[in-house]
Parts: sequence; C-alpha cells; structure tokens
Amino acid sequence: MNWTFFHKLGSPKWFYDISGKWLPWLQVSSLVLILVALVWGLAFTPPDYLQGNSYRIIFIHVPASFLAQAVYMMMATAAAVTLIWKIKLADMALKVMAPIGASFCILSLATGAIWGQPTWGTWWVWDARLTSMLILLFLYIGIIALRGAIHTTEAAAKACAILSLVGVVNIPIIKFSVDWWNTLHQGATLKLTEKPSMAPEMLWPLLLAILGFYLFFTLVMVLRLRIEILSRERKTRWVKELVS
Amino acid sequence: MNAVRKQRLILVLLLLAGVGLAVALMLFALRENINHYFSPAQMAAGEAPVGQRMRGGGLVVPGSVERDTESLKVSFRISDGAGEVTVRYEGILPDLFVEGSGVVALGKLSNDGVFEASEVLAKHDENYMPPEVQKAIDDAHPKSGYSKPAAQTTAQSELRSLQDGS
Repeated sequence: MNWTFFHKLGSPKWFYDISGKWLPWLQVSSLVLILVALVWGLAFTPPDYLQGNSYRIIFIHVPASFLAQAVYMMMATAAAVTLIWKIKLADMALKVMAPIGASFCILSLATGAIWGQPTWGTWWVWDARLTSMLILLFLYIGIIALRGAIHTTEAAAKACAILSLVGVVNIPIIKFSVDWWNTLHQGATLKLTEKPSMAPEMLWPLLLAILGFYLFFTLVMVLRLRIEILSRERKTRWVKELVS
Repeated sequence: MNAVRKQRLILVLLLLAGVGLAVALMLFALRENINHYFSPAQMAAGEAPVGQRMRGGGLVVPGSVERDTESLKVSFRISDGAGEVTVRYEGILPDLFVEGSGVVALGKLSNDGVFEASEVLAKHDENYMPPEVQKAIDDAHPKSGYSKPAAQTTAQSELRSLQDGS
C-alpha cells in the first residue's frame, strides 16, 4: 500500500492552505444550523407529555454529550497516529482538541444537573453514567495538565498520546453504562439499530442541533489548529513569508 | 507500512487490549459494589440483606400511595412484576413521582420487610412525545393506570395480569 497521501495529509503547510478555504463554509453552516435547531427546539416543538417544558434542555444536553465523547475518540485516533507515524499535525490536533472536548463535557454535566433537579429530584447521583462522564472530564483535564507539565514538545506529545489511548477504555463504559447497570439515567433515545423513541417533531430539531454542534466543533478545532501550526512552524520559511 | 511503524502499531494495540482487559476485570470484580441494587422481587424473597444501605427500584403500584395528613411521611408499594415491596419515606417526593412510573430509592430494608428510604428519585424513561400523542394512546388503551405509554415493558404487562388474576 502506498502511504504517500497520508504523509501529505500530515503536512502542516498543506493543511494550513486548504483549511483556509473551509472556514467561511464552516462559519455559515454551523451558525445557521445551530440557530435553526435551537429556535425550533426551544420555541416551536410541543412540550413533553410528562416533563412539560423542562425536557427542552435535551437540544443542548444531547449534542454536547455526543461531542464530548466524539472529541475524545478523535483525540485517541490522533494519539495512535502520533505514536505510530510520528506525524506532527496529529499531535497538534490532539493538543487543540482537548480544551474543546473538556468544554463540551462540562456543558453536558451542567445541563444534565439542571435537568436532573426537576426530573429526578436531585442535581447529582453517583450513577454509572454520570460517574463515567465525570471521569471523562478528569481525563480531559489530565491530558491538558500533562501537556502543560512537560516542556519538551516531543516528550509531551508521547506522554499525552499514551494517556489519551489509555483513557479511551472509558468511552464504551459511558456508552453502555445504561445497559450494563441499573442506572437512574435513562437508556439511549437515539439508537443506531432501532427507531428512536422520540416523536418526529422533537427528533428533527435534535438531529439538526447535533449536526450543528459537530460543524461548530470542526470550526473551532480548525481555527485553533491553524494558530497552533503557525506557532510551532514559526521558524520555517513559509510561515516567515506568510507573516512578513 | 515499514517494520518500525508496524511494531509501534502492534504496541498501541497491545496497550489498548491490556488496559481494556484490566478495566474489564476490575469492573467484573466490583460489580456488586458499583451498583448495590436489589429488585422488589429479591427483597420480597428475602435475598436482600437486612439493615444494609442499598438501592431498590421499580414501578409505583397504582393506588398504593398513602400520605400522612400530619407530616411528610408517605408510603407506597413498588413492583417489578415478579414481586412487591412497601417503601416508607419522609420528605418531598420529586415532581415526576407518578403512580405507575419508575422510581429509584436509596435506603435500608427493615426487619419487617419494609424498605425504609432516605432518598426517592423519579426515574425517567427514554420516550419523548407531545401531550396530544399521549392522549391518543390513552384513548386507544383505556386506563391501565400506568403512565408509561409506548412499548409497555414486560414488567408492566406481567403486573397487570397479576392484578387481573387477584
């Protein structure tokens, strides 16, 4: 198999050039999708038969939780690429994604607590789903802290990659916690194999919100990665020509 | 892929497998402690330890809720279809505490077989629908007494057949 395309993909200059063209599209599409989904979900969908209006936090809680887990999976993939192929761009991606993932994780935990108080009767419970999500937040914080604690770039890259890979074992635990244990958190509403257990007029804005959050994540990630590329490649000729 | 990279790929896979195995063994060894949960059937059959803090959960049996007029004391029965147990609790119940819907209670089993709860939480299911849809379902299936509409669980249908039999 020919791997040259893969190494070309890993070239910081190539990525910097091509990602500049994506930015306007990402900005417009993420803004439009999130606006449409949230206005639709928060103002125009019918209330739930049991929870009334408090269920509407789902339009933020579910996309944020999806992203918190998806970003970690992307970080673990970047970690494997860093360790095996030693591609610098993968390590830069790992670095810039960690704070974004941590933010989604905090948003997920906070909205969950706000919803849990009226619905369950408590802000927090040491339930398998909630606890494994809190561990995910600690993993994110750990990876950010580890990067800050090691001064040489190569050593930090290796340490963070290993920690990210070790932590990926938590992702299936989060996903299946509601099936494996008797948790207070309900089971999945959106399933890959079955029909979602949600009325279609509530489902559509939710799916739009998830897509919008993904695009927003991509936008923030690309913006941060471009800055990281410029700062790490500042001694190369193309960056010097670009800024002068 | 050259030999060095292949070797590193194998190392990464071994790392993942090793960590996965370690965590799986740990969770398997701790499975009793992670979730100290007993079903109403286990409590009724005397399989649950008396006087030990644990979690119990089930559906609130319709018509079983008795509130004390003087205090916040409340008692109700929970069922999983296979057995029932009485729960005693003093405090404010969550808004979504409805007869026929699920609850999770934290507390101790007393000597007379009553579950003394120190905390009662309402368990919500994964179904979301507008009130009109729920009304349509209620009209189609008159008064089951249970609030959970779609996809009636086996526990509920079993419980209903139990009640019909008595």
